[in-house]
Amino acid sequence: MPLTVVDTMNHPRDVRPVAAADITIPNDVAEARRIQDEIEHHLHTRHIHEHDIFSIKLALEEALINAMKHGNQMDRNKKVRISYRIFADRFDVQIADDGDGFDPNDVPDPTAFENLERPSGRGLMLMRHYMTEVVFNQRGNSVTMSKVFRSSDNGKK
Amino acid sequence: MSSQPLSSQPRRRRLEVEQIGDVTVVNFVDRKILDEQNIQIIGEQLFGLVDNDGLRKLLLNFGNVEYLSSAALGKLITLNKKLQAVGGRLVLCNIDPQIYEVFEITRLDKFFNIQKEEQAALQAF
Repeated sequence: MPLTVVDTMNHPRDVRPVAAADITIPNDVAEARRIQDEIEHHLHTRHIHEHDIFSIKLALEEALINAMKHGNQMDRNKKVRISYRIFADRFDVQIADDGDGFDPNDVPDPTAFENLERPSGRGLMLMRHYMTEVVFNQRGNSVTMSKVFRSSDNGKK
Repeated sequence: MSSQPLSSQPRRRRLEVEQIGDVTVVNFVDRKILDEQNIQIIGEQLFGLVDNDGLRKLLLNFGNVEYLSSAALGKLITLNKKLQAVGGRLVLCNIDPQIYEVFEITRLDKFFNIQKEEQAALQAF
C-alpha cells in the first residue's frame, strides 16, 4: 500500500528504517495486540527511552481502538491497515480503517467541565499529547502519528 | 480469545479484594489494563462490588498497574458515579508517575481523590 505520508514525512530519502512493516489485519483485538507487541519489541530492542515507549504504546492503543470500534464499527469483516517505520530518531505509524471517517474537529474537549464525567472521548486527546504529530487524512479514516525520540540531540518533544 | 462470546470465556478474577475495617481495598491482577473486552470485565467486577456486594468505601490500589487506556478511565468515572449515587466514596492510590500523567492530561487528577500511599488513602475516607 502506498504509504505516502509516512514515507515522506520529514525524512531524507537516503535514511533507511531499522524496522518497517505494512500489515492488513481483520478487525480483531487479538490481531491488533500482536502488531502492538511486535512494535513494542522493536522499540525495546533499540533501547528507546521508556517514556517514549509508553507514549507510543498508549497512542497506538487509542488509535487502534478508534479504528476498530468507531471506524469499523466492530465489524470483523472489515480491515485495519497498519504501516510503521522505526528510524534511529523517530517512529512513524499510519493506521487506516474501512469506515466512512469522521471530522476530528467534531470531538468535544474531554477536559471541559461538562464533559469531564463522560466515560469516553479521551483517546484523541491522549494521542495528541503523547505523540509529536497526529495527522488525519481528508476523509478521517486514516491517522498518521509520529514520535521523535527523546534521546535524539535535536531536543524535540 | 476475542472471537468467543464473553459468556463462554472463563471469567477469572481480575481483582484482588480485601477488607480493611469498613474500607474495601482492591488491587488489580493485570499489570496492563487494556483491551476493551478485558476492561469491560474489570468494569463489571468493580461495579459488582457496589451493586451486588453493597460495598460503599472502595480504595483502588494501582500499585500493580503499568499501563492503562482511556477506556479504563471511563470505567473509573462510571464507578465513581455509582458510588456517589449511593453515598459511597472512591479513592485511588499508588499510581505510578507515568500513569498519573494520563490522569493529569485528562484533568481527572482533580476529579478523583488520588492519594500517594495506601495508608494515607485509608485515612481519606
